[in-house]
Amino acid sequence: MSVRVGVVVFPGSNCERDAAKVMTSLGAQAEMLWHADASVQDCDAVVVPGGFAHGDYLRPGAIARFSPVMSAVAAFADAGGPVVGICNGFQVLTEAGLLPGALQKNRGLKFLCTTVEVRVESPRSVLTSRVAPGTILHIPVNHFEGNYTCAPSTLRELQSDERIILRYVDNPNGSIDDIAGICSPGRNVVGLMPHPERASDPLLGSADGVALLSSLLDAAGGPAKPHGPWAQDRDREMPARLSTAAGTPSSRQAS
Amino acid sequence: MKFDVLVEIRLRPGIADPQGATIERALPALGFAGVSQVGVGKAIRFTLDAPDEAEARAQVEELCRRFLANPVIEDSEMSLSVGAAP
Repeated sequence: MSVRVGVVVFPGSNCERDAAKVMTSLGAQAEMLWHADASVQDCDAVVVPGGFAHGDYLRPGAIARFSPVMSAVAAFADAGGPVVGICNGFQVLTEAGLLPGALQKNRGLKFLCTTVEVRVESPRSVLTSRVAPGTILHIPVNHFEGNYTCAPSTLRELQSDERIILRYVDNPNGSIDDIAGICSPGRNVVGLMPHPERASDPLLGSADGVALLSSLLDAAGGPAKPHGPWAQDRDREMPARLSTAAGTPSSRQAS
Repeated sequence: MKFDVLVEIRLRPGIADPQGATIERALPALGFAGVSQVGVGKAIRFTLDAPDEAEARAQVEELCRRFLANPVIEDSEMSLSVGAAP
């Protein structure tokens, strides 16, 4: 039976179909999870997609965190289930307290819509287990509030626990320590500003996101959940499987 | 008792305020010299029904902490007064 990935849909989400399409093309079954239903419907992984949940009123994610589905997502995450928040989904996860810190307005007060280089810093997360550290991925960003910030003590914790899993090569938004993506202490909850689902086919300009989303499917279908392969020892040698996962990747190893 | 409540949300010290900075940069061109320390926040007004002022303040504080402000990046300040009779 194929892996079931739940994609949360808030009023104002707008990347849910892109996420579901990639999951389906990778062999998973995608289930839309309406925000008003307090259930993740037996899914093996949950994606909180990009968009403008509840219009981003008050603050991005501030109202979405009170949607009934978020209590189910929190329970799923607490049980070790893989959860990935992309862009607005990252903002929702920080507001919900599933990830630390906050996303403030971009430095320069500019809405950013461009493809950036992102370096994978750690393979120890549900989103990066298939990618060797140092790998540079080309993935689009599309956000106004993507400038990650947190308390100095939180930053030290993220750094020392190797929970900064993605960094910008050329920081576009002022994010602290070039952070593009982080994970929870259990490494099963990940938030990132770049959109891997928009880098899922060479026709879109890059297929580098496939390696990330394939990692998520590994975590969802892994026999050892909730303590899947992403939780293993950090010294484990990670094979770079980009070439098989992404078809014709534009990725390359960092020099 | 009815209370008129004004909650002011502002960015915490050290948090970048690109809106404030942009407004400040625009002012000299309009002939306003000498304006500095521009900060952009939010003002949220509402009325609250509570038994007394202490209870009203406690409720607003909780509301700010859990919802109206994000304590990672924002501070909040409340002003509270007994509302006009209906």
